[in-house]
Amino acid sequence: MTEKTLYTVIIFSENTVGLLNQITIIFTRRQLNIETLSVSPSAIKGIHKFTITTFADQDTMDKVVKQIDKRVDILKAYYNTDEDLVYQEIALYKVATEQFIQTGAVEELIRKHNARILDMNESCVVLEKSGHYEETQALFKELSRTIGVLQFIRSGRVAITKSKVERLSDMLSSMEKKLQEKQGIRNGDD
Amino acid sequence: MDNNQKITGSEALLKTLIAEGVDTIFGYPGGQVIPVYDCLYDYQDRLKHVLVRHEQGATHAAQGYARVSGKVGVALVTSGPGATNTITGIADAMMDSTPMVVISGQVPSAMLGTDAFQEIDVIGITQPITKWAYQIRRPEDIAWAVSRAFHIASSGRPGPVVIDFAKDAQVGLVDYVYEKVNYVRSYQPIPELEPENIAAAAELINGAKKPFALVGQGVVLSGSEKELMAFLEKADIPAGSTVLGLSAMPSNYPLNKGMLGMHGNVGPNMKTNECDVLIAIGMRFDDRVTGNLQTYAKQAKIIHFDIDLSEIGKNVAVDIPVLGDAKETLAAVTEQLKPARHTEWIAEFDPHAKEEYEKVISREIHPQEGFLKMGEVIRKVSEAAENKAVLVTDVGQNQMMGVRYFKYTQTRSVVTSGGLGTMGYGLPAAIGAKFGAPERTVCLFTGDGGIQMTLQELGTIMQENLNVKIIILNNNFLGMVRQWQELFFNERYSATVMNNPDFVAIAKAYGLGSRMVEAREELDDAIQEMLNYDGAYVLVANVEDRGMVYPMVPAGGTITNIIMGDK
Repeated sequence: MTEKTLYTVIIFSENTVGLLNQITIIFTRRQLNIETLSVSPSAIKGIHKFTITTFADQDTMDKVVKQIDKRVDILKAYYNTDEDLVYQEIALYKVATEQFIQTGAVEELIRKHNARILDMNESCVVLEKSGHYEETQALFKELSRTIGVLQFIRSGRVAITKSKVERLSDMLSSMEKKLQEKQGIRNGDD
Repeated sequence: MDNNQKITGSEALLKTLIAEGVDTIFGYPGGQVIPVYDCLYDYQDRLKHVLVRHEQGATHAAQGYARVSGKVGVALVTSGPGATNTITGIADAMMDSTPMVVISGQVPSAMLGTDAFQEIDVIGITQPITKWAYQIRRPEDIAWAVSRAFHIASSGRPGPVVIDFAKDAQVGLVDYVYEKVNYVRSYQPIPELEPENIAAAAELINGAKKPFALVGQGVVLSGSEKELMAFLEKADIPAGSTVLGLSAMPSNYPLNKGMLGMHGNVGPNMKTNECDVLIAIGMRFDDRVTGNLQTYAKQAKIIHFDIDLSEIGKNVAVDIPVLGDAKETLAAVTEQLKPARHTEWIAEFDPHAKEEYEKVISREIHPQEGFLKMGEVIRKVSEAAENKAVLVTDVGQNQMMGVRYFKYTQTRSVVTSGGLGTMGYGLPAAIGAKFGAPERTVCLFTGDGGIQMTLQELGTIMQENLNVKIIILNNNFLGMVRQWQELFFNERYSATVMNNPDFVAIAKAYGLGSRMVEAREELDDAIQEMLNYDGAYVLVANVEDRGMVYPMVPAGGTITNIIMGDK
């Protein structure tokens, strides 16, 4: 079996109903498990961005991304490995206030992990930390070992490429140009 | 605006269909599509509706129509079971790149998601097997969505589109203005030409000593038959054809070396593994063409012409991809080709053709004794129709024998389920083919198994008084599975024996012409009677019960594993 790498698939799409299903069925057909998923509006109005991580070999990734890109409502799909990306996940940790205070090492813990306190009341404290998986996991482990974690949640990955080129805006402007040419031709016919 | 000037969503749909050039619809009414059918009553003079006997038949008929005419086939069905019955046809059209728009009724939008009577999630079910699936909930969305459906179905690599049409949108009123959609910003149907790859492809071909071309349906879909032949002739390149690429070149075209694949001709299969440059044009290296990929054309540099980027490198690693519409790319490469002659190389196909003729073909089409053979019936029908007819097949031995022994003189002459391999496809597809090419003779070859999967469509043929010629190659077996059982499963004939009804009596019950033939000396007469008959005719040819399709490269095998059946 070929070595599997964690790939981040970044997809720009029209904001239409049922897009996520169209994407996930392509993963399902190849028996690829989606590790993390994050969906949000992109910087460009009306266009949504999906960030999906999955373990795969490059050959499979290549084929899957082409098949995603082919879907009518997908503007652009591409994949990267971690080296090409700046990426982040965010994690929230709920711990009991009493134990939290009793550790006597709150300051050290927060400084060491670069975490922050989001909310605090007499029963519980909610900490937040963003970082790579290993980093948010390290804090989880430390808290679990010392004072116990009541609840824990980690987001899907968000990622941005390191390259200067904004592929989507380039593509959109060339599309726009093509549309104008097309309309120009059509008006010319009339 | 005054309500009197508005029209219903149903009428807006029909107006859009007409504006998109639709003249024929294959369909079946039901509760959630009655408003459209009611409106159709007023449009009978402009839109011919063919009432099929099952919704699956509507989709296959739309496919048959599309395949012979090049136009988008249209099916109209109701919600729930009406829609789910179309799934096989939609999947088939997706696999075979057939342009089709399926319109299904749907419960009123306020009832969506409530498990209403005959509600089903059509979009969710069809997304994996369509180019695009869209639910119309407001009459305002009809104009753009329906036109967009036709644009997507017919452009680029064609395929099926589903429009799920909620009942309130059918009856709601709208200010309707048709607007042609020919641009979708997130969809690029035809990739831009890449001059460097075109030059590289031409250079590789110019240096080739043993070039060989694989012709797929992409040539037919792009209408580039002329460009193909100019390309082949300029550099003197022999070519083989996939099943769906058949009839892109006439059967007797000198550079046409026959069919590829599992039951293809020996020459083109052998030469695939001997050529130095393999040029695939609008084909997708299906496993039934390639067999074992580890031993497929390893010696050759591979050039792949395709309109669909996701096909490049999907199954076979490609040295030079040539993306674009084959009509343009073939012409562009041809321009840069140096005229060449490969006489000796082309002559190398001859011994294979001779061997195959002696060991397989002559026995199949000119048997001297014994029961009728499938191949002889097919070749005789083809020749009796001057090799000008449209061949429609079902799936199985009838299909492989059909595509092996029928002959073609013009393009768009083959209607068969290639990718999905849908038994039951033949009869309804033949109906669609006749509507799509009313001037042509349409000959369906089907088996005793396949015909019974969609037998009810004889009712459609009766009602439409449709002149299709149906040849049932009856061997009282599910022949292709039986063949595998004989070759690979120790002759354990599990569930392949068929006790069949009297097909002649069935045909007569539908008022069709019919005759059974099993004596060789009556075959010519029976075929003439069928072709001369004014109307649909069912010729029941009782063929040998254990016929085999040869040659055969076993699934996943290599050409050297070929079984000729002469031992």
